[in-house]
Amino acid sequence: MKDLHLIRLRVNGREHELAVESRRTLADMLRHDLGYTGTHLGCEHGICGACTVLVDSVPARACLMFGVQADGSEVATVEGLADGEDLSDLQQSFSDRHGLQCGFCTPGFLMLAEGYLAEDRPGAADAEPTEAEIRELVAANLCRCTGYQGIVEAVLATARARRKRDSP
Amino acid sequence: MTATGVPAPGVPATGAIGLRAPRKEDPRLLRGRGRFGADFSARGQLWARVVRSPVAHGRLRAVDVSRARQAAGVAAAVTATDLPGRPGGPRIPVRLAVQDIDLSRYLQPVLASEVVRYVGEPLAVVVAGDPYLAEDAAELVDIDIEPGPAVLDARAAATPGAPELHPGGNVAAEFTLGFGDVAAAFATAARVVQVELDIGRHGAVPLEPRTLLADPDPVTGALDIFGMTKVPVFNRDLLAALLGMDETLIHVHAVDAGGGFGARGEFYPEDFLVPWLARTLRRPVKWVEDRAEHLVTVNHSRQQSHRLAAAFGPGGRLLGLRADVVHDNGAYCRTHGIIVPELTLAMLPGPYRVPAYHGRVQVVLTSKTPCGTYRAPGRFEGSAAREQLLDVAADELGIDRVELRRRNLLRPDELPCQRAMSTLGTDVVLDAGDYPALLAAAGAEASRLGYPAEVAAGRAAGRRRGLGVAAFLEKSGLGPQETADVVISRTGAVHVYSGGTSLGQGIETVLAQIAADVLGLDPAGVSVVNGDTALQPFGGGSWASRSTVVAGSAVHAAAGAVRDRAVEVAARMLEAAPADLVCAGGAVSVRGDPGSAVTLGEIAAAAGPASRWLHSGEPAGLSARRRFEVTHMTYPYGVHIAVVDVDPGTGGVQVLRYLVAYEVGRAVNPTLVEGQLRGGAAQGIGGALLEEFCYDEAGQPQSVTFMDYRIPTAAEVPPIDVLVTQDSPAPGNPLGVRGAGEGGVSAAGAAVASAVRDALGLAGSVGQLPLTAARVQELASGGGGR
Repeated sequence: MKDLHLIRLRVNGREHELAVESRRTLADMLRHDLGYTGTHLGCEHGICGACTVLVDSVPARACLMFGVQADGSEVATVEGLADGEDLSDLQQSFSDRHGLQCGFCTPGFLMLAEGYLAEDRPGAADAEPTEAEIRELVAANLCRCTGYQGIVEAVLATARARRKRDSP
Repeated sequence: MTATGVPAPGVPATGAIGLRAPRKEDPRLLRGRGRFGADFSARGQLWARVVRSPVAHGRLRAVDVSRARQAAGVAAAVTATDLPGRPGGPRIPVRLAVQDIDLSRYLQPVLASEVVRYVGEPLAVVVAGDPYLAEDAAELVDIDIEPGPAVLDARAAATPGAPELHPGGNVAAEFTLGFGDVAAAFATAARVVQVELDIGRHGAVPLEPRTLLADPDPVTGALDIFGMTKVPVFNRDLLAALLGMDETLIHVHAVDAGGGFGARGEFYPEDFLVPWLARTLRRPVKWVEDRAEHLVTVNHSRQQSHRLAAAFGPGGRLLGLRADVVHDNGAYCRTHGIIVPELTLAMLPGPYRVPAYHGRVQVVLTSKTPCGTYRAPGRFEGSAAREQLLDVAADELGIDRVELRRRNLLRPDELPCQRAMSTLGTDVVLDAGDYPALLAAAGAEASRLGYPAEVAAGRAAGRRRGLGVAAFLEKSGLGPQETADVVISRTGAVHVYSGGTSLGQGIETVLAQIAADVLGLDPAGVSVVNGDTALQPFGGGSWASRSTVVAGSAVHAAAGAVRDRAVEVAARMLEAAPADLVCAGGAVSVRGDPGSAVTLGEIAAAAGPASRWLHSGEPAGLSARRRFEVTHMTYPYGVHIAVVDVDPGTGGVQVLRYLVAYEVGRAVNPTLVEGQLRGGAAQGIGGALLEEFCYDEAGQPQSVTFMDYRIPTAAEVPPIDVLVTQDSPAPGNPLGVRGAGEGGVSAAGAAVASAVRDALGLAGSVGQLPLTAARVQELASGGGGR
């Protein structure tokens, strides 16, 4: 007998209602039940970060959360970043700076960075983010292809551009 | 020396080759719309879970799947006795056989039947309607193994009396390569220098685990396969043979792959088991491995012990080189056979003038996951040992280490240089280049970037800071052949069907640029499909830095043939002589009269089957298939320079600066070349400092998570400086390209070892990679050097 729970959540602004087994991970639920296959599984033990999504605006490892824990939450995945056919500034910046090769880790890095960029950090409005700060952020996830340089540059450039855009 | 992206004199600067074109792969991957193996599903699919040996070595008394078969949702549970043919089912053959050595006694069965030889060896497969249920049922498989002694040290395993893993003993192969009179060289030497260096066991570890979906057609028996990469046509043919099918009934589809680096896409036991189960059960079967499985099942690599001796004459001139190598191949010989140790020996003399050389290797089987290639196989290992030898020799001879290298590097007038030995079935002929010039350029670039000043400043501040230098030779463009099709459709779109495979390296973009260059188009107008066995049934795959060289050359030829055919048909439409026509911008027009143009789409329509422009007997369509053959490899070369800080207290090593200088002949897309070099360097730094598959004394793997198997993060990898030179186009292919996939990793072990040795002021070699904290502490306190 499966231990099913009826849950409701929003993914990229869209409402979903579904019955999930209590042991089903958020990542499996997103990928297999809801079809958001952009969320990738690289280790299933919380280290590589390829499955990073935003749960109520905070980066989370979707492999370490159960689907039922997202009941009532707003989940953002990589599929929600682009505006129609236009890549987001962060996505475009990854492409411009060769921040991806195989692209398997990329959704996780994008969501990690998006969470960071959208975060209302104390002092964030006053100080330019430094490369060291961004590198520390990027060190949260694993990439096997790029050597991280393009990823660091892409996140840094987006942070600077957004700050410039948002400052009066 | 030319700057990045600027073609050397003599190389025509035409159109799309050399452009930093945006990657065609990026938009779908950035949107989460890539199609990786695990993203494919088929209606009614079952999920497979492999049950693996928990014991390193032992006699398999029983594998009982009766409880598993009763479990919820289970469709099947199979063991070796259920397989067709001999016990254990088919053995996976060697894909690349070399040196005429028979390895048939050491091949891996798809399921173990009598003896288990490493932790992780497949014993049974459970298939259920849901992956969670498949894992539940796999827990119910009862395994009875009488444990035997684990054999973990390769040198010990090679000695008489060691416990035997296979009836034939533990030494799978032993062979020598070499040339010249080595005994005379050592007899007349002014000085003989010796070092030892052990390379730790590590591997490719791409971020996407392996996946496979096999979907049988219930009517025809045909199989659609999703998830095979690297050598899909070879794997299709092998699978067809093992299943007794016609190979054209198997369609391997192109998929996105989350990195390959040598390991992904070789034929593993699961590549038989999953399609066989799908055919047997007449249901689609899907399998996705988890990371713990991956780390104990996918090819390991690199673990070798090297004893090197060099004879030097007056002035530090190399007279001869001896290498004695022991290769720890793990429990079986897999698809790569013994090519890693062979490449080690063949490439060990590197870019240097070595008049006499003798290399000997023993390939030893141990109770560990079997081995295969990992990016720069044999060169990462051999270059590290050889460059440590030169560093130690420089100190003993009292010659600056860069100067010692400069004196011994082959000069341009000494190339081509044939070494009287072969590797991968081809003679070793170093083709062309200016090795001393690149060494000088790398040194100048490091100075310009402030490396020496940074070393001096660190030392003045009391830090143990070191500079490492390593020169190396690579190889690429292995043949023997590659086929490409170029098809222009009625919309004017250009389609390339290549036999390479996309593993994340950007080969779609590179091949689009090559086709676009020939056809005078924007690369955006060219679509590329790699690795689909229906669209390209003759592909050779992507390995050994071959794709840009051989697949690129095949695309170059096919695009040229299509262009010529387009001009031929357009000449009829325009009533002009072909010699007066030009193909550019998606149209063919009379030279000097752009108003006369017919578009490629119109020409494709005019080449249609019912067209009045087609002559009697001519085949319809605007397409061409061409095959490119190469007889010899091309040899790129490079220099790595590293600056590190060593903390003698903690044993920590921080890489502060890193430069890769690499001669690529011609960069089709300089951005992608730089990306290859940066990513390779990061992997090499991992292998030099962090990554190691460790085992306990019982043969239990200790590196089965990303907490224990440490892939470098952004905190360990510094920004990588690159100097890409295009001064020596490869003579063996029409593009002049040398391949760029492996130069970033090749000398990383060598450069990091050199820098740590310099920081600690060691007299001998660092002895062993990776330079873990414990290892560095030992070296810093005066122990362990060799």
